[in-house]
Amino acid sequence: MDQFNLEIISPEKSFLTKSDTEEVVIPAIEGYIGILKDHIPLISFLKPGIIDVRSKNKTLNYYVDDGIVEFKDNTLSILTSNIFDLKEIDKNKVDKIVKDAEEGLKKENIKDQDRYILNQKIEVLNSIKSN
Amino acid sequence: MPSLDDLRKRITSVKSTQKITKAMKMVAAAKLRKAQENAEKGRPYSEKMNNIILNLSAGVSDPQSAPKLLVGTGKEDVHLCVVLTSDRGLCGGFNSNIIKKAKNYFEKIQKEGKSLKIITVGSKGYDQLKRQYGKSIIENISFKESKNINYFDAAKVGNLIIEKFQNEEFDFCTIFFNKFKNVISQIPQAQQIIPLENENKDKDEKLESNYEFEPNEDEILSNLLPKNISTQIFKAMLENSASEQGSRMTAMDNATRNAGDLVDKLTIQYNRSRQAAITKELIEIISGAESL
Repeated sequence: MDQFNLEIISPEKSFLTKSDTEEVVIPAIEGYIGILKDHIPLISFLKPGIIDVRSKNKTLNYYVDDGIVEFKDNTLSILTSNIFDLKEIDKNKVDKIVKDAEEGLKKENIKDQDRYILNQKIEVLNSIKSN
Repeated sequence: MPSLDDLRKRITSVKSTQKITKAMKMVAAAKLRKAQENAEKGRPYSEKMNNIILNLSAGVSDPQSAPKLLVGTGKEDVHLCVVLTSDRGLCGGFNSNIIKKAKNYFEKIQKEGKSLKIITVGSKGYDQLKRQYGKSIIENISFKESKNINYFDAAKVGNLIIEKFQNEEFDFCTIFFNKFKNVISQIPQAQQIIPLENENKDKDEKLESNYEFEPNEDEILSNLLPKNISTQIFKAMLENSASEQGSRMTAMDNATRNAGDLVDKLTIQYNRSRQAAITKELIEIISGAESL
């Protein structure tokens, strides 16, 4: 399969750069998007979810909280402030994020969009935990 | 004329001060390397963010409907200034330079009859500003507990600013920090973040606007701009920390050298007075023997 470049950048550092990705599935705000080589230029932002990075015989999975995605000239850039590898997941940390999200849901003046995002977050994290 | 004993004591004390400044210089040098590395690592994020925003704002056709964070509120009555300084002293002119720059700006604003609000980040800035501008300081944030500079701290400041903006507490926002040029020179900077100022306004480069947006441009932009505020603050904090260490290193290097000079001078003085005392005693003995 054709390959393209992927870079995942967090504010602190360049989290991951790869040039042999074949397909990336990202949790865009309006639903998951699969990206292959020669996708048209795209800008979107992410909701909490799991990024699937597929290269020849390896699949990497990351959890992201939020972020911005740009695809241009066969380079996919993902800017995100909170990302971690599903393999090195820390149960306590996940529990804490879930708890924070649940606290956030209890607030009265919460906007619909925020509620949607928090619900997403809890759902995704709970499914990670049960696996 | 100080006695020999006094001189000896002074020499020891200057020498131990020199040891301290030397150690501080070493520590600053080690920290500087790390801070510089961090600042460099943080650059791709803010650059990319800037790029995307540029691409997006090029596509905004109607400035009336554009997000206020991008185009401003239309008024310019209240200015918010965020002054980023360090939490520790002994770093040469680092803090004073930022404060000086900020004070100039404050004076200009007050002369124009606009009102001023200040947020200080870092305790040194608060200490220096509270006497003159105590009434204008609305918030004083310090990250003494955080060992490293992290994005969450920056996001805290960013969210605070955005919250205040949404409550229409101010119209303009400027951040003050030191930009790291090299170890010897750090340049105090004032950067306007609300409304957003394009750093490179030359539009020679025709931006590609054939992007597919999901959802639409406006929504992405209004989601992105608050993040950009935090990113800018984070960038400023990184630059600041590299500058702080660089400034401290230079200051401590100077202090060590000065202490060395002082020790030399005192040693000469000590030897002179010791010699004088010996000569005096010899003269006394000789003249005593002659008179016999």
